[in-house]
Amino acid sequence: MDSFSLGSALLQYTVSGLTIGVIYALVAIGYNIIYNVTEIINFAQGEFVMLGGLFAVFFAQSLHLPIFLAFVAAIGLTGLTGFAMERLVIRRARSSTVLSLIIITIAVSILLKGTAMFWWGKNPYSLPPFSSGRPFIVLGAAIQRQAVWIFAVSAIVVVCLTLFFRRSAYGKAMLASADNPSAARMVGIPVRQMVLLSFTLSAAIGAAAGVSITPISLMEYDRGALLGLKGFGAAVLGGLGQFFGALVAGIVLGLAESFCAGYLSSGYKDAVALVILLLALFFKPEGLFGSREAAKLKRF
Amino acid sequence: MSRLGECVSRSILAGFYVGLMLFLAASGRGLAAEPYKIGAVFSITGGASFLGEPEKKTAEMIRDEINKQGGINGHPIELIMLDDETDPTKANLAVKKLVKEVPVIIGPSTSGTSLAVVGVAEEANVPLISCAASHKIVTPIESRKWIFKVAGSDSHVVGKMFEHMKKQGIQKIGIMTVSDGFGASGREELLRLAPENGITVVADERYGPQDTDLSAQLTKIRTSQPQAIVNWSTGPTQILAVKNWRDLGMDSIPLYQSHGFGNRKNIQLAGKGAEGVRLPLARVNIGPLLADDHPQKKVIMEYTKAYEAQFKEPVSSFGGHAWDSMHLAMAALKAVGPDAAKIRDFLENTKGFVGQHGTFNFSAQDHNGLSKEDLEMVVVKDGDWALAK
Repeated sequence: MDSFSLGSALLQYTVSGLTIGVIYALVAIGYNIIYNVTEIINFAQGEFVMLGGLFAVFFAQSLHLPIFLAFVAAIGLTGLTGFAMERLVIRRARSSTVLSLIIITIAVSILLKGTAMFWWGKNPYSLPPFSSGRPFIVLGAAIQRQAVWIFAVSAIVVVCLTLFFRRSAYGKAMLASADNPSAARMVGIPVRQMVLLSFTLSAAIGAAAGVSITPISLMEYDRGALLGLKGFGAAVLGGLGQFFGALVAGIVLGLAESFCAGYLSSGYKDAVALVILLLALFFKPEGLFGSREAAKLKRF
Repeated sequence: MSRLGECVSRSILAGFYVGLMLFLAASGRGLAAEPYKIGAVFSITGGASFLGEPEKKTAEMIRDEINKQGGINGHPIELIMLDDETDPTKANLAVKKLVKEVPVIIGPSTSGTSLAVVGVAEEANVPLISCAASHKIVTPIESRKWIFKVAGSDSHVVGKMFEHMKKQGIQKIGIMTVSDGFGASGREELLRLAPENGITVVADERYGPQDTDLSAQLTKIRTSQPQAIVNWSTGPTQILAVKNWRDLGMDSIPLYQSHGFGNRKNIQLAGKGAEGVRLPLARVNIGPLLADDHPQKKVIMEYTKAYEAQFKEPVSSFGGHAWDSMHLAMAALKAVGPDAAKIRDFLENTKGFVGQHGTFNFSAQDHNGLSKEDLEMVVVKDGDWALAK
C-alpha cells in the first residue's frame, strides 16, 4: 500500500482544481473579449474550445505535424473560424438587437457542433502530451506534465493579452470601441474591424485552451457545451468583461469543484458551478470584480 | 404558362403516378412476399452514439445479408430504424410510433432510454428486445411480460468481477461510477453484491458523463486504501479513469472496468496506459482467443469477419447486442410469422440460442437468458485483450 497522507490528498485536489480552473478561465476570457467590444455573449465559445482540440488532432495525427506546429495551426484555423463567423454571420445581422445576436451565436454553436460531428464522427480523440514522461511527484501529489503546460499556456495568454490591450494601438482601439463605439468611430477607429478582431482573438484563445486540455481529457464533438457553460459561469462570477476577474473566478470554480468532489460528494460536482453562478447572480450580479455603476449601464 | 397548359401537364403527371403505382404493386406481388417489418431504436447520435453506431451497422448488415439470401421464408426484411439521440423522451416517442407499425422491436441502446420505453411496449403488447444492461429492464417480470434483453445484466458482470477478486484475495475495493443510468445501475449492483462475496466497499465516488478530470475522485479513493478500484462508466470517462489512474501513480492498485470498456478503440485511446486493466467481457470481443470447440466460436468468428471486412473497424460488444436481438427477432419471425403475441411466446420459450453474447436460455422467469458464465475475465495485454488468469 502506498503511503498517501491527507495532506497529499489536499494538494492533489488543489492541483486538479487549478488545472481545470485555468481552462475555465481561458474560456471566460474568450467570452469577455467579445463581450467587451460588442456586448454579445458568444455562446459558440465552447465550440471554439472543441474545434481547437479536434483541429490539433487532425494536424497531429492525420498530417503528422509535430505537436507544437499542430498547436499553432489549430489555433490559427480556429481563429479563422471565428473570423468567418463574424464576417459571414454576425456582420450580416449587425443591425439586429444584441439579444438577437446572442441567439444567432447559439445557432452558430449548433452548426459548429453538427459539422464537427459529421467531420470527426462521434468518437473521442486523444493527443500525445506536449512533453512525455512520468508525472512530477510533489509531496505525494502527482502533477501531470500536461498540467504544467496548461499553466504555461494560460500564463502566456494572459500576459500577451495584457500587453496587447495596454500597449498596442489595436488593443487600445478595441477598448475604445468597447467604451463608446460612436466616439471611437468619430476619432477614426474602424469599429467593425475591431469586432472582427475580437471574434478572431477569442476563437484563438478558446482553441489554445482546447488544444492544451485534449491530451489530458480527450476531445469529442459535444464537449464544447459543458466547457462553455462552466466558462460562462466563471465570466459572470468574475464580472463580465473583467479579464483579471475571469482568471480568478475560473480558478475559484475549478478549486470549488475539485474540493467538492474530494470532501463532499463527487455527485454534486457539476452542481457547484451552477450554484456559484446562481449565488453570484442573486447577490452580486455585477460579479466579484465588476463595478455596480458600469453594470447598470450595460444591457446584458 | 396558361391555365390550360398547367391543367394538361398536371393530368399527365397524375397519370404517370397512377401508372407507376400500378406497376409497383403488380411487380411487388409478382417478385416477393409482403416484407416482415422489424422496428429498431438505437442511440445513433448523442452521448451513447458509440453504442448506436455499431448497432446500426450490424442491424443493416444482417438485413442486407438475409435479403440477399431471399429473406425469411421468402419475405424480405424491412428494418424501420429510428435514432433516439440518446434522449429518453425521443426513445419513448420512437417506440410509440413503432408499436403501431411493427410486430417486434429491437433496442434501445442504453439502460436509460430502455427504461423510458418498457411501459410503452408493455401497454401496446409488442415484444421489445432491449440491447442495454440494467436488470431493471426485465424485472419485475410480472410487469415486463413483453420485454426481453440481450445484454448481460450488471449483476452477472459484477458477479464475474467479484469471483475474480476473490481468487486474487482482494477484499477492500473503492468504486467510482458515472452519474447516468448505466453508472447508477452498476453502482447499485456493486453495493448489493459486495457483502455476499465478502467484499467491503471502502470508497464510493461518482462523476458526470462529461467530466474532464477524475483525479479528485481517484485521490479520494486512494486515501481509503483499497486493494482494487472498480470504475463503472461508458464513453470517454473510462479512458480518463485509466489515464488519471496511471498519471497519479496509482497503478499499484489494480483497476477493474465494467464491460463498457469492451471496445478495442478504448485501448487505442488510452494508449499504453490501459495495460493491466481488468474487465469481464462478453466472448464476442475475443473470438480469436476462444477454443475451437467452444459453442460460440463459429457464430462469433463469422460475425467478426463479416463486420470487420465491411466496416474496417473492430467488433464491439454493442454490435453483438444488435446481432443477438436481430437474429432472435428473425428466428421468431421465421417460426411464427409477424404476429406480436406469438413472437413473444416464441422468445420466452427459446432455449440454447447460441449468440454473440452467450447461449440464451429464456424462461417465463428470466427474460435475459444469460448468466455470469457467459462472460470471460480479460486483461489488457500488449494493446489487446488476453484471457485473465
